[in-house]
Amino acid sequence: MGLDFTVVPKFMDVILLGALWTIAITIAAATLSFFGGIMFAVIALYAPLPVRLPFRFFAWLFMGTPLLLQLFLIYFGLVQIGIDLPAFVAGVIGLGLHFAVYNSELIQASILAVDKGQTEAARTLGLSRMQALRKVVIPQAVRDVVPPIGNNMIALLKDSALVSVIGVSELTLSAQLAIGRTYRPFEFYVVAAVFYYIINLCMEAGLRRIERRTQASR
Amino acid sequence: MDFELMLRVYPFFLKAALVTIELSVLTALLGLACGALGAAARLSRLSALRWIGAAYVSLIRGTPALIQLFLLYFGGPQIGIQLDAFSAGVIGLGVNIGAYMTETIRGAIVAVDKGQTEAARTLGLSRWQAMRKVVIPQAARLMVRPLGVNINALIKGTALVAPISVIELTYTAQRYIGSTYKPFEMFMISGALYMVIIYVTGHGVAWLDRRVRIA
Amino acid sequence: MTDQKPFVDIRNAQKSYGSLEVLKDISLQVQRGQIVAIIGPSGSGKSTLLRAINDLDPLTGGEVWLEDMQINRKLPHRQYEAHINQVRQDIGMVFQHFNLFPHLSVRGNITLAPRLLKHLSEAEANALAEEQLEKVGMLDRIDYFPSRLSGGQKQRVAIARALAMKPKVMLFDEATSALDPELVDEVNQVMKKLAEEHMTMIIVTHEMGFAESVCDRVLFMDQGVVVEEGPPEVIFRDPQNERTRNFLRKHLEGSNR
Repeated sequence: MGLDFTVVPKFMDVILLGALWTIAITIAAATLSFFGGIMFAVIALYAPLPVRLPFRFFAWLFMGTPLLLQLFLIYFGLVQIGIDLPAFVAGVIGLGLHFAVYNSELIQASILAVDKGQTEAARTLGLSRMQALRKVVIPQAVRDVVPPIGNNMIALLKDSALVSVIGVSELTLSAQLAIGRTYRPFEFYVVAAVFYYIINLCMEAGLRRIERRTQASR
Repeated sequence: MDFELMLRVYPFFLKAALVTIELSVLTALLGLACGALGAAARLSRLSALRWIGAAYVSLIRGTPALIQLFLLYFGGPQIGIQLDAFSAGVIGLGVNIGAYMTETIRGAIVAVDKGQTEAARTLGLSRWQAMRKVVIPQAARLMVRPLGVNINALIKGTALVAPISVIELTYTAQRYIGSTYKPFEMFMISGALYMVIIYVTGHGVAWLDRRVRIA
Repeated sequence: MTDQKPFVDIRNAQKSYGSLEVLKDISLQVQRGQIVAIIGPSGSGKSTLLRAINDLDPLTGGEVWLEDMQINRKLPHRQYEAHINQVRQDIGMVFQHFNLFPHLSVRGNITLAPRLLKHLSEAEANALAEEQLEKVGMLDRIDYFPSRLSGGQKQRVAIARALAMKPKVMLFDEATSALDPELVDEVNQVMKKLAEEHMTMIIVTHEMGFAESVCDRVLFMDQGVVVEEGPPEVIFRDPQNERTRNFLRKHLEGSNR
């Protein structure tokens, strides 16, 4: 059974729709992971001990276990406690939380690295601890970690393929759908790979632009 | 938490953990081999080899590991590559992590001061002798820690073989979630085992790192 | 002396990076046993010229000869590599930043090339290392690693490492520029000792005093050309060229001497 790419065009609309869903899920999960990462960083550093300790424990657990396992936990766990979310939402939450933990690690280190004098200066002006954090420290800390967070977001795009396993009809699942009809896995996985590669290239180009802009604003 | 259930099923998870370990070790070895070859290609004097190395890194790192694995396992038979799920897992994941290791190894080699090569070449050593006797021993110390990061990612990455039904930790967790409806308990058992594997490996890497630094 | 064939012979050396000319048609003859200093402002091309002699920075035009051997001759890559590796064994080089191999002990640094390229036995190589370290006064540090040596000690080991290949000529590329002032003298002493043994040496340096006391000939380079050359007493006491005078005046003011 040789290769035959002529079957591809007939399923192009399915694949394209899948690619759009992949882009949508990546953007949604990336946004969640960005703001979640900032929130997690603040909790991990400043929350009262009874909150901080269990939080850090789960962060540690999330860093040490596979994303796929976490997706199963979130998808089936939510169902078990009676929350039946659409697969897309569960996928976004799973991906977003997973990468929020990774982003949080970066942001924590960055917050600690921001000059102590910055907080002191803000406090002297009369800002509260929270205000100093929000208006002075975090903007600086986040700017410093834009490049590594960008790398995490590229990893997120590729890991978004995993949500196909819990039934989100993104690019990978669309390819599988076409394969189910045609029995041509090689052709359609290659097509899916090409789409991922193109989205990846666009993301890298976009990140380089953002990096340049944040570097310039120093 | 249903501890009774956890006690009843954990032996199956232990067995699955052994598969995960086996997968991790084989994948790491294949990855290191691919990484060494990839780095050699990327640093080669021949532009064709450099191009092949760059294409390998770019294509693998630009697409999801899951797609690569599916392409190999489901698409392979169409081009005459027939593999069982476990072998496909090792090869697919090994070639994948090899691309990341290529960059790690290359990075360590180019991080060695250029003066080192110059000094060696000035003494009359050939390019390869300078590489082998002067640059690589120094680069080896620089690459232990970042290769440890690659290996950490690889251990978690072995979960990707669950969808092609290799009976490792994540597959086992998924199956028992399906049959017991206790996702949290199953997550805790498999998560704990992953943590043990990652923790032990991390300590091994730190130990190796200390050793090469002293020597 | 003058009718003798030159030992190191640089003919019409040219080097450019794109449109930037770093060396503009430079010729330099060095006789056996002669010691030549090259001075000049940074960016004058003096290091580039030195590094062209053992082809670390290949010339874009011109020839470099060592005795009857053209160093930078055109050969197919494989043959050229074999040729240059052979030639470099005869040309010792000392760098500004020492470039000792940090993963090897002092002994390992010195014995690496003789064992690998001259196939000395371990005992022979050790004897050689001891002999060279004795010469630079570092024998007691033979089993130290470079990280435990001072800059001056590192440079003396680097000189011993180069000498262990029994070179015909030694190149010094600002060998004392990276050293703290109090460590410069120990390296200068070693270089003086080599001079007394009639080692052929080409020295790129900022140390005018040292150049004056040790060298037979001084070249002043600026912007890729040799502006003036002659015996040290003329160059330092009675320079003929305006640019040489300016450079020396600025340099003396700068170093507060």
